[in-house]
Amino acid sequence: MSSPAEVAPYDSIVIGAGHNGLVCAATLARAGRSVLVVEAAERVGGAAGTREFAPGFRVSSGAHLLHLMSGRLQNDLKLESHGLRFAATRMPTSALADGAAPVLLGAGLSQSDSAKFPVYQERLRRLARSLIPLFSTVPPRLGTQDWGDRLALLKLGWAVRKLGKRDMRELLRIAGMNVHDLLEENFDSEALKGALAFDAVLGANFGPRSPGTVLTLLYRLAAECAAGDSGLSQPVGGMGAVSEALASAARAAGATIRTGAPVASVLVSDDRATGVSLENGEQIRARSVISSVDPKTTFLRLVGARYLDTGFVRRVNHIRARGLAAKLHLALNRAPLFTGVSAQQLTGRLLHAPSLAYIEHAYNHTKYGEFSARPIMEITVPTINDASLAPAGQHVLSAIVQYVPYTLKEGWQSGRARLLEATLDALERLAPGLRDSVSSAELLTPPDLEREFRSSGGHWHHADLAFDQFLMVRPVPGAAQYRTPLPGLFLCGAGCHPGGGVMGVAGRNAAQQVLNGALAA
Amino acid sequence: MIETAPHFKQPLLKTPFHARARALSQVDSFIPWAGYTTVDVFTAVEQEYFAIRNAATLYDLTPMVKYRVAGRDAAAYLNRLVTRNVEKLNENRVAYCVWCNDQGHLIDDGTLFRLDETEYRLCAAERQIDWLLDSAIGFEVLVEEVTEQIAALAVQGPTSCAVLKTAGLRDVEKLKPFDIGRFTLGEADVMVSRTGFTGDLGYELWLEPEHAEDVWDVLMLAGRTRGIRAIGSQALNIARIEAGFISPNVDFVSAEHTIRTGRDRSPLELGLAWLVDFKKGHFTGRRALLQESQAGVRRRLVGLDVAGNKPAHNALLYTQQNGKREIGAVTSAVWSPTCKRNIALAMVDAPFHQIGSTVWADIYLNRELLWERRMSRAQIVERPFYAPERRRATPPAEF
Repeated sequence: MSSPAEVAPYDSIVIGAGHNGLVCAATLARAGRSVLVVEAAERVGGAAGTREFAPGFRVSSGAHLLHLMSGRLQNDLKLESHGLRFAATRMPTSALADGAAPVLLGAGLSQSDSAKFPVYQERLRRLARSLIPLFSTVPPRLGTQDWGDRLALLKLGWAVRKLGKRDMRELLRIAGMNVHDLLEENFDSEALKGALAFDAVLGANFGPRSPGTVLTLLYRLAAECAAGDSGLSQPVGGMGAVSEALASAARAAGATIRTGAPVASVLVSDDRATGVSLENGEQIRARSVISSVDPKTTFLRLVGARYLDTGFVRRVNHIRARGLAAKLHLALNRAPLFTGVSAQQLTGRLLHAPSLAYIEHAYNHTKYGEFSARPIMEITVPTINDASLAPAGQHVLSAIVQYVPYTLKEGWQSGRARLLEATLDALERLAPGLRDSVSSAELLTPPDLEREFRSSGGHWHHADLAFDQFLMVRPVPGAAQYRTPLPGLFLCGAGCHPGGGVMGVAGRNAAQQVLNGALAA
Repeated sequence: MIETAPHFKQPLLKTPFHARARALSQVDSFIPWAGYTTVDVFTAVEQEYFAIRNAATLYDLTPMVKYRVAGRDAAAYLNRLVTRNVEKLNENRVAYCVWCNDQGHLIDDGTLFRLDETEYRLCAAERQIDWLLDSAIGFEVLVEEVTEQIAALAVQGPTSCAVLKTAGLRDVEKLKPFDIGRFTLGEADVMVSRTGFTGDLGYELWLEPEHAEDVWDVLMLAGRTRGIRAIGSQALNIARIEAGFISPNVDFVSAEHTIRTGRDRSPLELGLAWLVDFKKGHFTGRRALLQESQAGVRRRLVGLDVAGNKPAHNALLYTQQNGKREIGAVTSAVWSPTCKRNIALAMVDAPFHQIGSTVWADIYLNRELLWERRMSRAQIVERPFYAPERRRATPPAEF
């Protein structure tokens, strides 16, 4: 590396080589900008990475299923030619219950449920699709005279209007409801209701009875629809392969990526972000700085309150960003045998949320600083589709375990072992004999995820996805269009619209704003 | 001191000077101020006002909200809070400051005292600990309200320095405007700042509440031959309008309290641009104020010299006598007994706020229950209306 004093400043520095940072860097580089990506970890990917948690055993470190990254984005960045392959696509989802036969969503339901299920699915998707105009674009600002903002709002209005009277009424009726009530209206099967509620509360600080959970469900569906509704897929080599492909695309477009280069602060002079200072003291200059780090860390730690207004800092400080999900990785010396789960079902996503009441009970504990002894889980066995992730004949299990509070009353010192025990017990009930086959286990609690991915609160969305942290108020008014009050500083991470999940939309929109800004100047 | 009766039985607090004020009050005119009961008028407004301009006065300003700001980052914190450059404020000096919200609209004005290297005191009109604490996020600083721990007494008027000297404050005459000095008066440690709200020679005394009555007594005794008199808020209000000082909730409403849009005021609009230092680095509201200063203010607080002798209270202002085009309103108005002029402070829309312009004030007069309207010519003039040289003279002349 040449000394920083000699090199001309970059057009842009992107902080963090997670998927959003990389999409942003690739987009900027393809537009001809000189881009440097600085990443604290030794490898790219962040929470969209692959980690070796035991010798020979690899697993997606955060998200383990790809369902939100649009084909268009993948094509634009030519991710296939940069090595992205899929081990499985359109993976099935099954609902696991203790001691009962699992339900494959869409089959094996009661007569009335199986008649209603497709109707329900289709109607929800229709409603969700009306939100697409808001989804992939830069959120409009409210109360401005700007035609772009007005047009965006008009488009949304038109999309909702196009739903027609009945659907529009239904959208207005259910948008403020909780998912528990919506599902009770529609279905009999506890397992089905549990599994459907799961997606409304996954990664959120909500139980099925929490207000606004229909909206979070619609939001997830809108995200899936905006991405082309192509179902769940599993990249070969884990989620890290997506990030590697993005990194390769960025490099091919001319971006430089430096790993093992944690940023200590954003440099500010003359009320403008002018570069970054690394923890080793090195200073690198750029015309713009784009942070994929969560908003709280970006503003309060990397920039510092003294360069920001009090009201803005107050809002940033109030962002709710306490993760409620833990990640469990197990090395298994044989394939797990989930009771009643077929070989085909095992290739897909297994949800353990046997009823609405079960989820609500699990959620209750977190309100009081406890974890749920009977957690809800999203389980995958990635080695079924991709044998390269473990030594021959052995397997890896990856599970999102919810609800696990960031702050545990008893403290994580003793709590971690107890949580692992409880989770293994829960898995043992679903797959008898599984415990004996575990050769190694890794449990990442929210504080671990915070440390590992340097995200405040260990929240994979960087900020709760809730009505007051959606769209034009995400993460806070004044920074919701990827620009920030500090000229030259942009956000591009999950804390921005449209939120977490391996999607890349925030990264692409942010890059667009950087390019627009340059045009305006 | 402060009674322990339940707060609902005693909704207003009493200041440490209350017993003395109660004894001197002849017209029983008390008003609530920031949670305290305080004197509006002791005897007669005119009598009290003329004591400010011709003798010496005591005014109890204990209800001023006081905050202690201390810690390693205190200066950095305050520099980000207020629009002035706090780095330039030396120890034992006071600065008049304003602070704004993100939109560059005034939250409050007040005086900032630098007590030592890392400790400051901020005196303000409104309670606002939430804003001050939120401003402390990211700074190593302690912010606490100390209103009840400090008794405050203003000693103002041409003979005020002589009164203080007679009372035993040696070398008090050496204090320059905005200086802070420390003295002992009997048992009491008294901090004296050469500050005030009258635009005249004057001082403010800051002391522990338990010494309040003793200090009051000593001053009253020392000032007996120099016409000292306790004054209430009404007399002070005349003096502050003559001095051109703005008053919260009269000439502006704190941006934290306004409900309707467009009612907030920026320091540029209030004619306080001299308090805004764009070169000192970032402060809350800087970006908005910079934009406003580039675009030009939409309205401005001005001084008015109104024809006739009827104060233009609440008068709407017009470009012409025909009253067709409204361009602002009077916020404070009074007949100035010293200037012998009918003066007012008013908010006037751009571009009509230039010094020397003529506007028309629509004044309503109640004449034995019959309302009369009078369209009076008013000229926009420089502030302050009254600024005697003695307010700045150091040492002050012996009176």
